[in-house]
Amino acid sequence: METKPSDYRVTDVYADWCPGCGDFGIMNALQMAFAELGLQPHQIVIVSGIGCSGKEAHNVKANGVHTLHGRTLPFATGIKIANPDLEVLAVGGDGDGLGIGAGHFVNTGRRNIDMTYIIHNNGVYGLTKGQASPTLKRDLKTKSLPKPNINDPVNPIGLAIISGYTFTARSYAYDVKHLKDTIKQAIQHKGLAFVECLQPCPTYNDINTKDWYAGEDRKDNQGKPQPRLYKLEDTGFDPEVRDWKQDLSKKMAALEKAEEWGDRIPIGVFYRKEYESTFEERIDNRIPFYRNRPPAKQKLSDEKGKSMVDLSQFTDYLKTS
Amino acid sequence: MALDSLNWMAGGPQGSGVDTAANIFGRACGYGGLYVFGRREYHSNIKGLHSYFHLRVSTKEKLANLNDVNLLAAFDSETVIRHIQEVVPEGGIIVNSQEMSAKILNIPTLPPEFKVELQKLMKAKGINETLKDFLDYAQNNKIQVFPVPYIGLLNIIGKKLNIPQISRITRMINVLTIGVSFALLKYDRTLVERAVRAMFPEKIATMNILALEEAYAYAEKTFKNNLSFKLEKTDAKEERIFLTGNEAVAMGKVLGGCRVQTYYPITPAADESEYLEAHQILKTSQEDEAIIVIQTEDEIAAINSASGAALAGARAATSTSGPGFSLMVEGLSWAGNDEVPVVITYYQRGAPATGLPTRHGQADLRFAMHAGHGEFPRIILASGDIKECFYDAAKAFNFAEKYQMPVIHLIDKAMANCSQTYPVFDYSNFKIDRGLLLTEKDLEGKEYKRFRLTETGISPRAPLGTKNAVQWYTGDEHNETGHISEESLNRRQMVEKRMRKLELVDKEVPVEEKLNFFGDEGSDNIVVSWGSPKGAIIESLEMLKEEGYGLGFLQLRMLNPLPVEHVRRALAGRKKIIDVEDNYTGQLGGLIKETTGIAPNFHILKYTGRPTTTTEMYNALKAVVTDKASERQVLMSGN
Repeated sequence: METKPSDYRVTDVYADWCPGCGDFGIMNALQMAFAELGLQPHQIVIVSGIGCSGKEAHNVKANGVHTLHGRTLPFATGIKIANPDLEVLAVGGDGDGLGIGAGHFVNTGRRNIDMTYIIHNNGVYGLTKGQASPTLKRDLKTKSLPKPNINDPVNPIGLAIISGYTFTARSYAYDVKHLKDTIKQAIQHKGLAFVECLQPCPTYNDINTKDWYAGEDRKDNQGKPQPRLYKLEDTGFDPEVRDWKQDLSKKMAALEKAEEWGDRIPIGVFYRKEYESTFEERIDNRIPFYRNRPPAKQKLSDEKGKSMVDLSQFTDYLKTS
Repeated sequence: MALDSLNWMAGGPQGSGVDTAANIFGRACGYGGLYVFGRREYHSNIKGLHSYFHLRVSTKEKLANLNDVNLLAAFDSETVIRHIQEVVPEGGIIVNSQEMSAKILNIPTLPPEFKVELQKLMKAKGINETLKDFLDYAQNNKIQVFPVPYIGLLNIIGKKLNIPQISRITRMINVLTIGVSFALLKYDRTLVERAVRAMFPEKIATMNILALEEAYAYAEKTFKNNLSFKLEKTDAKEERIFLTGNEAVAMGKVLGGCRVQTYYPITPAADESEYLEAHQILKTSQEDEAIIVIQTEDEIAAINSASGAALAGARAATSTSGPGFSLMVEGLSWAGNDEVPVVITYYQRGAPATGLPTRHGQADLRFAMHAGHGEFPRIILASGDIKECFYDAAKAFNFAEKYQMPVIHLIDKAMANCSQTYPVFDYSNFKIDRGLLLTEKDLEGKEYKRFRLTETGISPRAPLGTKNAVQWYTGDEHNETGHISEESLNRRQMVEKRMRKLELVDKEVPVEEKLNFFGDEGSDNIVVSWGSPKGAIIESLEMLKEEGYGLGFLQLRMLNPLPVEHVRRALAGRKKIIDVEDNYTGQLGGLIKETTGIAPNFHILKYTGRPTTTTEMYNALKAVVTDKASERQVLMSGN
């Protein structure tokens, strides 16, 4: 059956993001990616966190689990392990994933579960009126900050790479085609994929605006804006790790790229490693029938409701007779 | 056996095999058809601090310890000092003869506040500073001392095994003391050997059996002063198992269909998860199944991953104790709001804060009841012994799925770490009830709404991934579809929908699953309690009954929703209502007063971190029924 982006449109929810919000672009990119991959809404689970980005789960017609602040990854982990047939995407804000949820961000990297994590990075906590997020650069004073930001930022791409994410990419909410393609690659990647999505907050981030990304503030002699974003794939950057001997050098190259900011900001895939075992494969090694009968699909009882489990495997050792 | 029960204690520094010794001892007794009840006490420490195991062996089932020690197997001097006052006259102490001149106050692991008490004892009883002085004092109190040259025997064993470095086999001191113990008790050595074989891989077992033989031989040759009691096997034919509370919970979960368990390491809960992981492939009458155990990065992840797994349709649980549950609170609130069937096994320990991490407590009832912002339904089950731990652990999943709410299974450290013999659990009648669970077929051509408003409050549920059932969940207030809604009417309807499920629980769950009644129905006096004090209360009641004091005992097993009317009826008109709990404030007593208007007029409380013994419970209850008790008694037994 041919799937179209409109198949993933929710009709009974008003998307209440501010006009011009990058969340619309991310929503569209998700719907387009699902359509192009031919995924059925019931097979997909979008797990979102708190903040404006949390509403992505309600604005796409696919299973949506709008969770707690910072906890998208633990929920997503539980869902995916219980039923590995599901296509699970965690979607959350920069504060959600890199502030309150930073512990989960790092530790989920250790598991390489075959799912996708998208962080909306706009540098601010929008829904609570624009406080600095963990990605806002030091000394910047966005619109509603009483004082310039006193903290240094975390580097989402760098943190993902050293935490073990086997696919790490960045895209831009206003480049919906690029974002859609990046999300598609992330979904298709075997293992844990991370996508940092740069996104202006038209209401609270008056520094990293759409015009700023487009380079309207730095025109050349002809008055042509010099966009800040450039595509890694256009520069011949090769993110692919083909064997373990390349791994460290590819990581170093990716980290170097991840440090670029300011006048030149790379988007695209920074790092990709497909040969690493996924968490599901690691479970397979212990439970050979895991994929056929994952936890969510095991039969717990017979027709009469009687538990079929045989506890003698436990009690035999404990017996004193 | 001349005694009603034999109370054996093994003690030594942590890491010296106290636990193993107790397991061997308990199993050996079990093989002889005897009932065993044992509790394990240890410090929050890996190596060196004092730990002990107090085992009670009897021909009848016992559910608690006594204060008494009939035979103390001391691996080191500290054990003697710490427990000397628990050893009863006619009892015995097995001790290292090569430590006799040890100066007691120089033992580096004795805490200063313990030394203060010890010095008071030394002064009062005129005991001098060496181990020998203490043992002389014991002998003056008709306690027999059995000095054994531990290192000397190890040297002999080392030679026979061709192991010249004794340091490699010092751990076998535990088996030496077992050998001496059983030799003194005149117990069948073949049963002890069988227990050693069950505990160790073959090579280690062979070494330990040699140690056992040496110990038996030494004791038989050396000690002509017999104990006045011995231990005899029985010809009981009943099949029994010897297990811990952690193991009982794990087995209950497997029976109940738990297929995802998440946890973050914490005492005394983690043993359960490790046990499950070790046994993760499950035999069934059909194909093998499996339980997946995930060690998460923290308890926040543990509760939320378990909730995620539950939404996907697996029976899922997490297991923790107080500090971990504190971190789970926000996740619990989400699970309540989103009607997630998740099970939380909550092992209470000494609290607040880190408290007494390896000790017992029952101070978290109110916390379990009220944890989480806002009002949402939850079921709280409280087991009173290992057997109940098993059945409740299984049943928790039925309740969670049937009523679509979190279930908190409250246990405590006393049960988690006690080792006990039981007739093999009969689970032939246990049924899995998944509640209103919809399939793809049920939903064909229909609109699915996860939070459909219904009369009972329960909305038929389809797991994530079910065709024809695309669904939404949110921690925000939501409409029937699961989308965010802040509308007043919807809000009221949703709050009421969630809360009225509790009324259904109250109505549907049979009373015999919510409480137990023991003892004298018509008595003027009644005990109310929950959790592990159960065993000591039941035994005390039997003792008091023989003396002509009949008492009733209401043990509450479902604490939320509390079966208020049943409690009211059970308590109405009684003269003395005695609340027994291992906490300071009498939390259950307060809850009963709040919900029924009937207030307990006596409290027997304990918060030392040690479980209640029958001895002290009997004394405290007797004081109440003989009008010699204050309204509040605080128990102290245990070291």
